[in-house]
Amino acid sequence: MPSAYRSPTARPMSFVWTRRIVLTLMGLFAAVPVYVMISTSLKPLQDVTDKFRWFPGRLTLRPYVDIWHTVPLAHYFVNSTIVSAAATGLSVLIAIFAAYAVSRYRFKGKRIFTITVLSTQMFPGILFLLPLFLIFVNIGNVTGIALYGSRGGLIITYLTFSLPFSIWMLAGYMESIPRGLDEAAMVDGCGPLGALFRVVIPAAVPGIVAVAVYAFMTAWSEVLFASVMTNDVTRTLAVGLRGYSTQYDVYWNQVMAASLVVSVPVVAGFLLLQRYLVTGLTAGAVK
Amino acid sequence: MAATTSATAPSREDGSLPGSARGRKKPRRSYSVGRGAVPYLLVLPAILMELLIHLVPMVVGVVMSFKELTQFYIRNWGQAPGAGLRNYRVVVDVNGAVGSALLHSFLITCAFAVLAVGFSWLLGITGAILMQDTFRGRGFLRALFMTPYALPVYASVIIWAFMLQHDNGLVNHVLHDQLHLTSKPAFWLIGGNSFISVVVVSVWRNWPFALLVIMAGLQNIPDELYEASAIDGAGIWQQIRRITMPSLRPINRVLVLVLFLWTFNDFNVPYVLFGQSAPPAGDLISVHIYQASFHTWNFGSGSAMSVLMLLFLLVVTAAYLAVTSLSNRRSNA
Amino acid sequence: MRRTRITAAIAAITVATAALTACGGGTATGNGGNKSPKTLTYWASNQGKNLDDDKQKLTPELQKFEKQTGIHVKLEVVGWPDLLNRILTAASSGQGPDVLNIGNTWSASLQATGALLPFDDGNFNAIGGKQRFVASALGSTGAAGKDPAAVPLYSLAYGLYYNKKLFKDAGIANPPATWSELITDGKKLTGGGKYGLAIEGANNAENIHHAYIFAKQHGGDFFDAAGNPTFTSPGAVAGVKQFVDFMASDKITAAGDAEYAQNQSLEDFAKGKAGMLLWQAAGVQLAQRGMKADDWGIAPVPVQSGAPGQGTQVDTMVAGINLAVFKNTQNRDGALKFVKFMTSDEEQKILNGKYGSIPPVTSAQSDPQFSNPEQTVLRQGLAKSAVALPQVAKESQFEDVVGPALKDLFADAAAGRPVTDDSVRKRLEKAQQQMAG
Repeated sequence: MPSAYRSPTARPMSFVWTRRIVLTLMGLFAAVPVYVMISTSLKPLQDVTDKFRWFPGRLTLRPYVDIWHTVPLAHYFVNSTIVSAAATGLSVLIAIFAAYAVSRYRFKGKRIFTITVLSTQMFPGILFLLPLFLIFVNIGNVTGIALYGSRGGLIITYLTFSLPFSIWMLAGYMESIPRGLDEAAMVDGCGPLGALFRVVIPAAVPGIVAVAVYAFMTAWSEVLFASVMTNDVTRTLAVGLRGYSTQYDVYWNQVMAASLVVSVPVVAGFLLLQRYLVTGLTAGAVK
Repeated sequence: MAATTSATAPSREDGSLPGSARGRKKPRRSYSVGRGAVPYLLVLPAILMELLIHLVPMVVGVVMSFKELTQFYIRNWGQAPGAGLRNYRVVVDVNGAVGSALLHSFLITCAFAVLAVGFSWLLGITGAILMQDTFRGRGFLRALFMTPYALPVYASVIIWAFMLQHDNGLVNHVLHDQLHLTSKPAFWLIGGNSFISVVVVSVWRNWPFALLVIMAGLQNIPDELYEASAIDGAGIWQQIRRITMPSLRPINRVLVLVLFLWTFNDFNVPYVLFGQSAPPAGDLISVHIYQASFHTWNFGSGSAMSVLMLLFLLVVTAAYLAVTSLSNRRSNA
Repeated sequence: MRRTRITAAIAAITVATAALTACGGGTATGNGGNKSPKTLTYWASNQGKNLDDDKQKLTPELQKFEKQTGIHVKLEVVGWPDLLNRILTAASSGQGPDVLNIGNTWSASLQATGALLPFDDGNFNAIGGKQRFVASALGSTGAAGKDPAAVPLYSLAYGLYYNKKLFKDAGIANPPATWSELITDGKKLTGGGKYGLAIEGANNAENIHHAYIFAKQHGGDFFDAAGNPTFTSPGAVAGVKQFVDFMASDKITAAGDAEYAQNQSLEDFAKGKAGMLLWQAAGVQLAQRGMKADDWGIAPVPVQSGAPGQGTQVDTMVAGINLAVFKNTQNRDGALKFVKFMTSDEEQKILNGKYGSIPPVTSAQSDPQFSNPEQTVLRQGLAKSAVALPQVAKESQFEDVVGPALKDLFADAAAGRPVTDDSVRKRLEKAQQQMAG
């Protein structure tokens, strides 16, 4: 949005200097831990457990080799990717349907629905961890569908974690899409689903990307439920990374290296989608 | 002039701007098509999932809170004797050890949530406003600012735990060895400072989210408002005060609430930062409840604590929404 | 329409809830059987340097077992942060492994849940008899008067590790045998960034182990005969204070140790930053950290006066790992066969040899590999002067309320706040009240 007032020359020097100083400080705040992460991952463990030094004395790539067999990192990475991607896909799909209903229809029970869904954001995870576990086990006993210990159980758990926020954001976003568009589509003979898929979803892509990223990050980072509901076959990264601190030792350098390795794809994807995120949140959040 | 713009800014409703706030005065239209089952079918998957993962387990959790669910019964807790209100009486008895510990943890958590949300928001809005203009390095900065949010929680908290060590940590290295600000190295993971630590770590992780949302909100403010005020001779600081802040009100309202709920319920940060037992000053409520139920194996009183916490959050949220919508309406009137 | 839907939803919730509460922990009421005799699931605890290391150490043995019996063992190594939670959720749902490792101090607590198969005479006979095990190790398998909930697998005890070079430099000829000697020696060792004794001050497990032994040496205990907590008994208070005083008033322990919870004290000892360390079978881990076997010595843990023995002369806890059978197992015979295999002389020698622990099986202990200086000290400690941590149902709570209490007291000491009889008693009193909740 280029316009006269946005050109930097129009800014008083006091503002420019304030900006430089403040942004530098904030940049340091964000960057120093990341720098520590990178530099630590390049040190031998002996040096890591010594006094901190800004510049590593001895550099080594050894941690990047060791991480793969100290814990089955690749395996955890695959698990996390499957679980997070599936939870994200399902969550977004379900949220689209629900948000469409909320934004386009007036139906009885709508208020109760939105309030209930939003209030689940307030549930302390600890309150339903054990009950949920018992429910999964009982479902397994009755129907033979293994939810406990399986990726499936984790997927449906995580998808509901992001569902409330996603529904609410998407409903807000869809409100901003002129109704005339889907009305026109319906006149053309589309059903409600046709209108949703042909008109509303394409128009809501930034919003959908925004909630997808949010849903992915939620699933990607969750520790508590994963620690109880997974076994060594289905363990995710978020808990698997803890494997670097063991009975004997904390392999700080390997934790950092592993964190970096698994974060690179996520951070990269995140930064790529960032532009969408901003526009996606723009409409959704203003509700 | 500025006063009028500030009053009208949040309630623009011409619909021509993508994503402008939905106007209040616009009559709600409902669709005549598919009035019957369609909306219900659309929300059905969401309802089923919420029932399975949240609502039914929560009801079970509430049932548990009325039971004497200790280690003697967890194996067959259908047969655990009812406890009536005993679990609740124990956890709210502020003169007893359990109740006073819970109250302490609750107050710590309130202070933590307020500070963490406050600073996250402050950094977010500062960053967003300062990065409104295009300047060299803006894209890089934005990417840098987003990185903490994109790191897995465990990774980002473990870095901080590493940096906050007493003997070998970066923080003491900088504060004590290099800047000589402290007479002796401070403890950050035990004792009173642990409160500061958990706030800082939480802010570090959360402020990028605030930044993201506020940046999005800023895009919605029409340039004409700024232009008009510039013609009126308003300086940059005045613009921020009179245009930017009022326009961001609806976004702030939601952002602050969401941040508060997430921060208040946050389990991962304190759990990873402090390990098996949180120091008193960093004893946040979700970890406190976790320890009350999983470590002392008393799921009954753990559930009772969770239910109280849920009630508290419901009340706070309702009050918050009521108060903010009231003040919104007033400012829009 | 709306009303019916809401009613239906409420009905669904009610039914689901009722069904859940009715069947509770699913198959938890069952007592297992032999429905799947060909496989076993085994949860091993993390004993090696990492989870993968454990897997590599155990897998050949499990293959041996499969060759002998045709039973395939599915191994999962569970890290310590997750182990108790996994066991608890398994117990509450009935969905768990067939055989599992437990920290031996948890025995009585897990016994109270009823989730573990009691080793009555019949089950003991199936694994070769109770008399095969060392008596002190059996003392940490469950509450007195009840059938043990588990059998000992690996035994450990504390020893006093000391740095020979630092001792020589400080002119100390022999390792201390009493605490006052330890303090005197510690003061000689302290200075120039080095300290006398390294302590793992924020580690719950380490803290309560030491607190318990100190309390015992002062004639106190943390529980009375009926299993009720007596944290504020004079002996317990004096014991805890003596332990914290190493940092608070004797100053032979670095303040920084107050936040140690990840074996940093071992690290400090290995690097020569601390002259002494109280640890269980540290040898393997010291070697891993580059400390040569000649550089350290080991002696029995000091006592107040005299020589280690029973009563107030105990100087170590009976530490170790027990092996338990999950009551809901679908392969009980196979599970018992597996326990028999793991506690056989041959496997005991192999496994304890790999982990540097002591076999709790008498006939395996005589193997020469357990007679080096380190194992000898630990073995004699176990035989003569060891005491089991309280075998009461509330033991696990004890760890989780007294552990943090010690951590707080060390934090006080580190910050230079006074640690007095009164402050110790107050903190323990608070811990005791938490037990009631």
